[in-house]
Amino acid sequence: MASDIKAQVSRAKREDKIATGILMAIVAFIFILLAALIVYIIASGAQKAFDPSFLTGKPEQFKEGGGIGPELFNSFYLLVLTMIISVPLSLGAAIYLVEYAPGNRVTHIIKTVIEVLSSLPSIVVGLFGFLLFVIYFGWGFSIISGAFALTIFNIPLLVRVIQQALESVPTTQRDAGLALGLTRWETTIHILLPTAMPAIITGIILSAGRVFGEAAALIYTAGQSAPMLDFTCLDFSSPTCPWNIFRPAETLAVHIWKINSEGVVPDLAAISNGTAAVLMICVLLFNLIARFVGKRVGKKLVAE
Amino acid sequence: MKSLQKHQLERVGKSLTGFCIAVVILVVGSLVVMVAQRGLSAFAVDGVDLWGFLSGVTWNPHQPDASGAPTVGALPMIFGSFAVTLLSCLFVIPFALGSAIYTVEVNPKFGNTVFRPALELLVGIPSVVFGLVGLTIVVPWIRGWSGGTGYGILAGSLVLAVMVLPTVTSLIIDALNAVPAAYRMSSSALGGTRWQNTWHIVLKAATPGILTAIILGMARAFGEALAVQMVIGNAATIPDSLVSPAATLTSVLTTSMGNEAMGTVYNDVLWSLALILLLMSLVFILIVHIIGNRSEVKHG
Amino acid sequence: MMQITERDTRGAAVEAEMREPVLATHDVGVRYDETKVALSGVNLEFAAGEVTSLIGPSGCGKSTFLRCLNLMNREIPHCHIDGEIVYDGHNINTPDENLYELRQSIGMVFQIPNPFRKSIRDNITFAPRCHGIKDKKRLDEIVETSLVKAALWDEVKDKLDKSAYALSGGQRQRLCIARTLAMNPKVVLMDEPCSALDPIATFSIEDTIGQIAGEGISVIIVTHNIEQAARISDKTAYFLLGEVVEWGDTDAVFSDPKDKRTQDYLTGRFG
Repeated sequence: MASDIKAQVSRAKREDKIATGILMAIVAFIFILLAALIVYIIASGAQKAFDPSFLTGKPEQFKEGGGIGPELFNSFYLLVLTMIISVPLSLGAAIYLVEYAPGNRVTHIIKTVIEVLSSLPSIVVGLFGFLLFVIYFGWGFSIISGAFALTIFNIPLLVRVIQQALESVPTTQRDAGLALGLTRWETTIHILLPTAMPAIITGIILSAGRVFGEAAALIYTAGQSAPMLDFTCLDFSSPTCPWNIFRPAETLAVHIWKINSEGVVPDLAAISNGTAAVLMICVLLFNLIARFVGKRVGKKLVAE
Repeated sequence: MKSLQKHQLERVGKSLTGFCIAVVILVVGSLVVMVAQRGLSAFAVDGVDLWGFLSGVTWNPHQPDASGAPTVGALPMIFGSFAVTLLSCLFVIPFALGSAIYTVEVNPKFGNTVFRPALELLVGIPSVVFGLVGLTIVVPWIRGWSGGTGYGILAGSLVLAVMVLPTVTSLIIDALNAVPAAYRMSSSALGGTRWQNTWHIVLKAATPGILTAIILGMARAFGEALAVQMVIGNAATIPDSLVSPAATLTSVLTTSMGNEAMGTVYNDVLWSLALILLLMSLVFILIVHIIGNRSEVKHG
Repeated sequence: MMQITERDTRGAAVEAEMREPVLATHDVGVRYDETKVALSGVNLEFAAGEVTSLIGPSGCGKSTFLRCLNLMNREIPHCHIDGEIVYDGHNINTPDENLYELRQSIGMVFQIPNPFRKSIRDNITFAPRCHGIKDKKRLDEIVETSLVKAALWDEVKDKLDKSAYALSGGQRQRLCIARTLAMNPKVVLMDEPCSALDPIATFSIEDTIGQIAGEGISVIIVTHNIEQAARISDKTAYFLLGEVVEWGDTDAVFSDPKDKRTQDYLTGRFG
């Protein structure tokens, strides 16, 4: 009897060791795989990515040596426009959900709607943008169509991040404001938002990284062509004017997909690797900035 | 006078934020309605047979069949989408589950300081970049041992697996972390080893969360367009093997939508494919909700 | 119920002549989701310059009652307040009562010290500014007088622009009291203000409570600490299972409880 128990215990211990060993192997494998992935992407495109003539040059369709100047500008311009539209909208929606939504069916329906939006494939969002903005509104393949499509793509994540940030502010803070005879609006704007700001900013920057790399929502909204931009042009209706929101604008992510699916550029591999490296570096930067800024803003606002 | 201002202020705040939420709801509503309307017009206007659409294996919208109806069998794409989703899921589950258990149960410090931030970084990698890596590494590798083109469902699933792995792993880590520490302690107090605790107690308690993580990963894989399109081979037939070219709903939409004029039969059936995507994402959400409700009932 | 009215007429009759209640409740109750009753039939009166303790075991409804008095329960979804709450001569438990003005006159201090994540000065001036006071000199005055009333001025007068979170727990709570006093309230509600504090901080808060009552403010304090109730309050109400079992002068309630259940609670049989 006693030896039975002993045997069982030692078997259990052996199993424990084996299991731990397997788990460690899995983690190591994932780690190496993912680290290799990032290193590979950046290393294989590094030469191009740090070459100024590539970063500012004009893309070529049939010969070697094209650059990604317009794509780089388009990506940032589109990102900024998207954020200008989606941040206030998401902020408003999140504040309504946390502060004003009656805790009943209506709230439940709103939450489900946002959840549905977050689960929609981005290609479907892009196709809807194509239908609504490009065709019905007649905006054509344009920056503004792309920015609205990306806004739809971005809203659910942003609303959720802001909502969580607001909800994580202790309720005692809200109570304190209301008990002083302040409106929910004042309490939210002056008390809750500043306290939640670090988390909100981190969320906004992370969502910016996601928007920056999105392509499927853009191929049928912002289009797949990038006319060379003339930064001296101030005619806002000209297709070469960088600020014209009704011109088509291929982004970095779309560029990678486009040249690979067409496959006619002779230095295809070099250009797509270089573009991917630029894209990766930008996304990594967004991530690092998000962490850094979140911490800094937090310290400043709390005055600690 | 002053009090009036307060009431007004509150009303302004409520209407301003209410307006934002109304816009969001309007957008989602019109998205669903418009995609459904376009997606159904193939059946309502062009007379495409629904059953033939879902079960037909020949996709050739430009070529009418013997009876003059368009040849729009979407089964190859539906099959392709489900195949890459399920297969990628199969690849992901052991890795996601194993690494999540390690980071939560074995080495939380490593999990919080190294693994978690690394995963967050990876969630941010754009999907076209995954597609590109698939194109330059995975496809040639498969070509090397299979002898075919290298494009196909296997390449698609491998790319998707790496792509959704970080998301699924983080969600599983959340699910494991949500298991109350008291569960573990009471089992340890009874003399259980860590492995026994994890296997019998923690995983059982976290099952709904783990399932949710997997379903959300599947939803993402099912809806991914460009990364899959770049490596699947884009042949709208049911493939003989995992390493022959195939197609998914998203890949056909990506490649064809721009070439067909609005209102043609071809264009209409493409919208029907988009509608299937939309409905599937609703199904995934529904499953997540059912899992959530069930576990709520169970745990009171 | 009989004893309450008896004691009410006997004990408070004398004082009633000199002290008109600033706040009174008639048959106040609270329901959640229409059906779940958390509180019912509470009839209490609170006079100016008086400290009233609300005591009772956890879940007895004392905090719920306190949150009725400034209509904070209205902020909780599905929560209904029944009955009449008379303040300043009219029933405030009506849909068109102006919450924003009411809550300036009836302030509240919470269990966990909850200063805003701002400087000490801004903690005090934030609400007055929102209520329309812009003059800087006037705001400085408010800061000083309310901190003096809350017995915190000497400790913080040199670091008004430091974060409120640089203060100790007891100081934070007194800052919260000062923040409330800045609105010139007639009534201050306190929801277990010392339960998160150490004995020394508790003592300083009790001191402050005595001071503000001396300013003619009616203080209503929920406490789970019976000794504290005995130390600081003029009147005590004992809550049990959502009802008031006993109410009267603190000395009388403690030395000669009329209700058997009060006796059991005070002697530590339960709670």
